[in-house]
Amino acid sequence: MSTTVDEMSRRTGAMSSAELAGERESRATVGDVTVANPRMVCRGVDVWYGAKQAIKGVSLDIGKNEVVSMIGPSGCGKSTFLRCLNRMNDTIDGCRVTGSIQLDGRDIYDKGLDPVPLRAQVGMVFQKPNPFPKSIYENVAYGPRIHGLTNNKAELDELVSASLQKAGLWNEVKDRLDQPGTGLSGGQQQRLCIARTIAVSPEVILMDEPCSALDPIATAIIEELIDELRANYSIAIVTHSMQQAARVSQRTAYFHLGDLIEVGETNQIFTNPKHRLTEDYITGRFG
Amino acid sequence: MHSSTLLIVLLGLMAFAYHFGRKRAISTAGGVARISTLHSLPAYYGLYAALWAGIPALLLMGLWIGFQNEILISIVKSELPPAILDGMSSGQIGLVVNDIKNLASGAIVSGAVTPEMQAAADRYTQLDHIARWAMWLAVLALAVGGMAYAWAKTKPTMRARNRVETIFMVILVIFSSIAILTTLGIILSVLFESLRFFQSVSPLDFFFGTLWSPQTALRADQVGASGAFGAVPLFTGTLMVSAIAMLVAVPIGLMSAIYLSEYAPRNVRAYAKPTLEVLAGVPTVVYGFFAALTVAPVIRELGMSMGLNVASESALAAGLVMGIMIIPFVSSLSEDVINAVPQAMRDGSYALGATQSETIRRVIIPAALPGIVGGILLAVSRAIGETMIVVMAAGLAANMTANPLDSVTTVTVQIVTLLTGDQEFDSPKTMAAFALGLTLFVVTLTLNVIALQIVRKYREQYE
Ligand SMILES: Nc1ncnc2c1ncn2[C@@H]1O[C@H](COP(=O)(O)OP(=O)(O)O)[C@@H](O)[C@H]1O
Ligand SMILES: [Mg+2]
Repeated sequence: MSTTVDEMSRRTGAMSSAELAGERESRATVGDVTVANPRMVCRGVDVWYGAKQAIKGVSLDIGKNEVVSMIGPSGCGKSTFLRCLNRMNDTIDGCRVTGSIQLDGRDIYDKGLDPVPLRAQVGMVFQKPNPFPKSIYENVAYGPRIHGLTNNKAELDELVSASLQKAGLWNEVKDRLDQPGTGLSGGQQQRLCIARTIAVSPEVILMDEPCSALDPIATAIIEELIDELRANYSIAIVTHSMQQAARVSQRTAYFHLGDLIEVGETNQIFTNPKHRLTEDYITGRFG
Repeated sequence: MHSSTLLIVLLGLMAFAYHFGRKRAISTAGGVARISTLHSLPAYYGLYAALWAGIPALLLMGLWIGFQNEILISIVKSELPPAILDGMSSGQIGLVVNDIKNLASGAIVSGAVTPEMQAAADRYTQLDHIARWAMWLAVLALAVGGMAYAWAKTKPTMRARNRVETIFMVILVIFSSIAILTTLGIILSVLFESLRFFQSVSPLDFFFGTLWSPQTALRADQVGASGAFGAVPLFTGTLMVSAIAMLVAVPIGLMSAIYLSEYAPRNVRAYAKPTLEVLAGVPTVVYGFFAALTVAPVIRELGMSMGLNVASESALAAGLVMGIMIIPFVSSLSEDVINAVPQAMRDGSYALGATQSETIRRVIIPAALPGIVGGILLAVSRAIGETMIVVMAAGLAANMTANPLDSVTTVTVQIVTLLTGDQEFDSPKTMAAFALGLTLFVVTLTLNVIALQIVRKYREQYE
C-alpha cells in the first residue's frame, strides 16, 4: 500500500519538475546578468524547500561598489535568493541550494568552506530591525568580540564609534551607548543593525526590505545611508517599493515565481523594460 | 422518596418548562409566522423558563440537604431530658448524638440503649420523615413558582437572550466564587490556628529558636517533655535539601532544554520530550522509595568506601532524587522561555558570523535569562513544598548541620509527623503544624508571585 503511494508521489514529482523545466526555458533572463568587476558571481542557482523549488536557475553578478535591487511580487523568492548569498539558508531545515555562487572568485558552497566566517564577509540586515536585547554599545561590539577583531578596549571603543558613525547613528546615541538597543526608535534600530553589520567589515551587505517597517523619514535616512555605503561595500537590497529601487540602486533585477526575469540598469528597467512581465509589474498591472 | 428522585423530577420539570416557555413565546408573538416580532429566538424563552424553574429550586435543595441534619439534631438534642447530657464534654455529647442516629438507622450502637435514647431516635426518624416531605414540597413549589414567573414575564418585547446571558454569568460567578472562597477558607483556618499556636509559643522562639523537639506532655504528671518549638533546624534542613535538588535540576534541566530547543533534530525531539515528561508523571511516592531504598544505600556505601560517615537517611539522597523529580519542570519551563526568544535574534547573530553555541551563550541565554530565573524560582517553590521524598528519605532528626551526608528534617516532614497518629487537636504540638504550614505557604506564595511576575515581564518584552 505504502509503496504505491510512494511511487505515485515520485511520479507526480517527476512530472512537475519536467513541467518546471519547460517553464524555465520560456523564462530565460532578459538583459545582461554580468558586470565588469564582480564581487559575487551566481550561476544557475536553484533552491528547494523540500520538494518545492523556490528559485530556478538564477544567474546574477553583484559588482563592486554597486547597489543591486531585487524587486518582484511577494513569494517570488527574493528573500530566498538573498539568503543564498551568505548561506543563511543553511539554518533552514530542508532547504537545498545547487549551482555556483562565488565571492571574489571563491565558491562559497565549496565543501571546505566554513559558512560561519563567510557570514561576517557577507553581512545581512533584516526586514524587521532585530537589535539584541543588549546595550547599544554591546550590539555593535558583538561581532568584533566574537571574531576577535580588536586587541583592547580602546580599539573596540574606536571600532564601535566608527561603525556607528558610518551608520549615521553616532550623533544620536553617543551619550547613551550603555542604554538598551531595543529602546531606540524603529529607524534608529535599523541603523544600529547596519552599524552592527559594518563593525565586522563585510565586503557585501545584504538587505531584505530594510525599510518596510519604517516611517517615510526614517526610510529616507536609510536610503541616503545606503548610497553612502556604496563607496565601500557591495549591496544587494530586496525592496517592495519600486521608488526605493529607483532611488538607491544602479542595477535592478526583477524576479517572478522563482525566475529571474530581467536584469538591467535601474534606469532602463523602470523606463524601458524589455520583458512583458517586468513591464506589467512596474506599471502596476500585476503585483 | 430519595432526593435523587427529586433531582430527576426537577430535570423533567425543566424540560417541561423549556418546551412550554418556547410555546408561550410563539403564541404571545401571534403564531409561528410572526416569530420575527419576538426580541429573541423562541429557544431563548424556553431556556429562560427552564432556568427559572431549575436554578432556584436546585439551590434550595442543595441548602436543604446541607443543613437538614444539623437542624434535626439540634431539635432532638434540645428535647432530650437535660439529665442525660449533664456534665458531658463536647466529645461525649457527639458520641450520644451518633448513637441516636445509629439507633434511628438501625446500625450498631456503642452503649446500652436507654428508653430516653430510644425515644430520641424515634423522634429523629419522625422529624427526618417530615423534613424529607417538606423538602419535596418546597422544592417543587419553588420550581413551579419559577416557571410561573417566567411564564408571566414572557412577552415579545422581553429580551430573553440577554437575560439568559445574565443568568449564565451569574452561574459562572457562583462557581468561581466557590473555588475562591474555599481557598480563602483554608488560608484563614491555617492563619487562625497559627495565631492560637503563637499564643502559647512566642513567634521569636519559633522563628529563631534552634531546638526542635515538639513532644509535649499529654498528661500533667508526665515529665521531661515540655516541648521546644525552634524551627530553625527545619528551615536549614529544607534549605539544604532544596539547594541540593536545585544543584541537580538546574544544570541538567537547562542543558537539556537548550539541546532540545536549539540542537535536537525533529525526530530526536519527538522522542526525547515525551520521555522527559514521563519523569514528571512518576508519583512522588515512587521517587520517595527510590531515594530511600536505592539512592541512600548507594551513597552510604560510596561514602564508607571513602572513609566518610554517612547517615542512612541523608540530605544528599533526598536532595538528589528531588532534583531528578524537578528536572522536567525546569527543562520544560526553560524550553518555553528559550523558544519565546524570537528567531530574528538567532538570525541576527548568525548573520554576523556567530556559531550556534556563541549565539546561545551570548544572545539566547541572556535574552531568556529573566524567564529562566522565573522558572527556577517556581521550581524552588516546588522543592520546598515537596513532601513525600523527604518523608521517606531525609529523616526525622532535626539536626542543624551543613553536612549533606547527615540526616536532616524539613518543614513538610515535620508537619506530617506532627499530625499523624493520635492527636489532641488543641495542643501546641498539633498547632505547630499550622504555623509551619503557614510559613511554608507564605514562602512558596512569595516565590510564585515573584517568579510569575518575572516570567510575565519577560513574555511582554517580546510581544
Ligand atoms: N522556510 C521556508 N520553508 C518552506 N518554504 C519557504 C520558506 N521560506 C520561503 N518559502 C517559500 O519560498 C517561496 C519564496 O519565498 P520568499 O523568498 O520569502 O519570497 P519573497 O521574499 O520574494 O517574498 C515562497 O513560495 C515561500 O512560500
Ligand atoms: Mg521576503
